[in-house]
Amino acid sequence: MHLTVNGVAEEVRADPLTSLLRVLREELHITSPKAGCEQGGCGSCTVLVDGEPRRSCLTPLIAVEGCDITTLEGLSNGVELAPIQQAFYDLYASQCGFCSPGMMMASTALLSEHPNASREQIMEALEGHICRCTGYVKIIAAVESVANGSAAGGTNGAVASGGSR
Amino acid sequence: MTAPPELLTPTSPAEAAAVFGDGEGVTVMGGGTILLPELTYGKLRPTRVLVLGRAGMSGLERADGSVRIGAGTPVGELDGAPEPLVTAAKHVADVEIRAVGTIGGNLCATAGASAPRGDLQAPLLALGARITSVGAGGETTEDITAFLEHGTGRLVLSLEVPDGQAFGYARLDRPHTHHYTMLAVTAVRGADGVRVAASGVGARSQRLAGVESALAGGATAAEAAERAGEGLDLPTDALASSWYRGQMLPLLVQRALGQLG
Repeated sequence: MHLTVNGVAEEVRADPLTSLLRVLREELHITSPKAGCEQGGCGSCTVLVDGEPRRSCLTPLIAVEGCDITTLEGLSNGVELAPIQQAFYDLYASQCGFCSPGMMMASTALLSEHPNASREQIMEALEGHICRCTGYVKIIAAVESVANGSAAGGTNGAVASGGSR
Repeated sequence: MTAPPELLTPTSPAEAAAVFGDGEGVTVMGGGTILLPELTYGKLRPTRVLVLGRAGMSGLERADGSVRIGAGTPVGELDGAPEPLVTAAKHVADVEIRAVGTIGGNLCATAGASAPRGDLQAPLLALGARITSVGAGGETTEDITAFLEHGTGRLVLSLEVPDGQAFGYARLDRPHTHHYTMLAVTAVRGADGVRVAASGVGARSQRLAGVESALAGGATAAEAAERAGEGLDLPTDALASSWYRGQMLPLLVQRALGQLG
C-alpha cells in the first residue's frame, strides 16, 4: 500500500486494518505520534491526513491509501523550527512533551484554515487533546501567540510578553 | 497468529448491500472509531470486514418535511440535519473523531466496556427516525424503536428524519477525559405528541415511556419528570453510578421539556 509521509513516498506492508499509528511508529520508525491510549481518547497520536487532523490510532491504513500524511517531523525544514514549534518552545508549552506532537499537529491544521484563530476556536480544536501535566494555559497561549502574531519568533527560551498570560 | 480478515471494499451503496448479503459473519466498519481500538487490542478478530469508507454512503438529501441522511455521513457533517441532531452531534467526542465517526455507526453502537455509546440514538428516537437497512429478508424501512429492538445484524443505508419540530436537549457534560455521553435527554414535539428519549441509561438509548404517557395524559413537565426512571435499569459504570443517574435524570427531563415552550 502506498502513502506519502512528510513528502516521502512510502510503500508499506502492514495489514490494511493496521492503525496508521502503528504503521508510522513500527514500520516507518516515525515516533512523534505517540501511542497514548490507542483508543481515540487522548489526542497524542494526531497527524495530518491531506491536511486534516486525524487520530492515527483510529485510522486504518486502508483509509489513507494514496494520502499525504504529515507528522511533527514534517513541520520544520530541518534548520528552523516551524512557528508553532518555536512558540511552544518560547512559551514553555511543553512539560513532559508527550502530548506536544498531537497538540502541535491539531494547532497546525487549525492555523492553516484560520490563521487568526480565536481563543474559542483554539479550545475547540484542542478539546480532544489531553495534557497530563495540565499545562493547558501555556499550550493555549502558545497557539494564540501564533494566531495573533505576537509570537516572539525568537531564540533560546526568550519569553515574549505573552509568556506571563 | 491468525490470518488477516478478508476485506470487502464496495464503491457504491448497492455494492455494499450486495456484499453484505444476510450479514452472516460480516463485521461492518464505517469511520472505524469504535472498531480500530478493538482490532488493535485483539479484542475482535473478524473473518470478513466490510469497509464502507469508499461506498459513497455519505450526504444529506432534503425532501418535503424531512431529511434523508446517508448512514456513512460523518457526525461532524450534520450541520444541515434536523434539530436536535445538530445540537446533540456537537457534543459527540471531539472535532477529530466527529470528522470520521459516522451517524450509522453511532446508531448501531453497542455498549462499550466502560460506558454506553451511541450518543445520537436518543435524538433519533425522539425524532422518530425511519431506518432503511439491508440484511436477512432484504431491504426494510422501519421506525428506529423497532430497529434498535432487534439489535445489530443489519447494514444501515440511510436514516430519514422529520424536520422543523420543537425540541429540547439537556445533558450532563462529559468529563474532559471521556468521549461518551454520561446522561442526556432529548424531547421532540411531533404530530402525535411529545417523544422523550435518553442516552446513557443502558446499553442503548431508551424512550422514557412513563414521561411520554404522563404528558399524553396532561401532566405538567414536573409531574412527567417524576416518572423518568420507569422501566429503566440505570447502569453504574466508569462515568457515573446508577444512583447519580437516577437523581439527575428527572432534572434533565424537566430541562428538556422546558425548552419545548
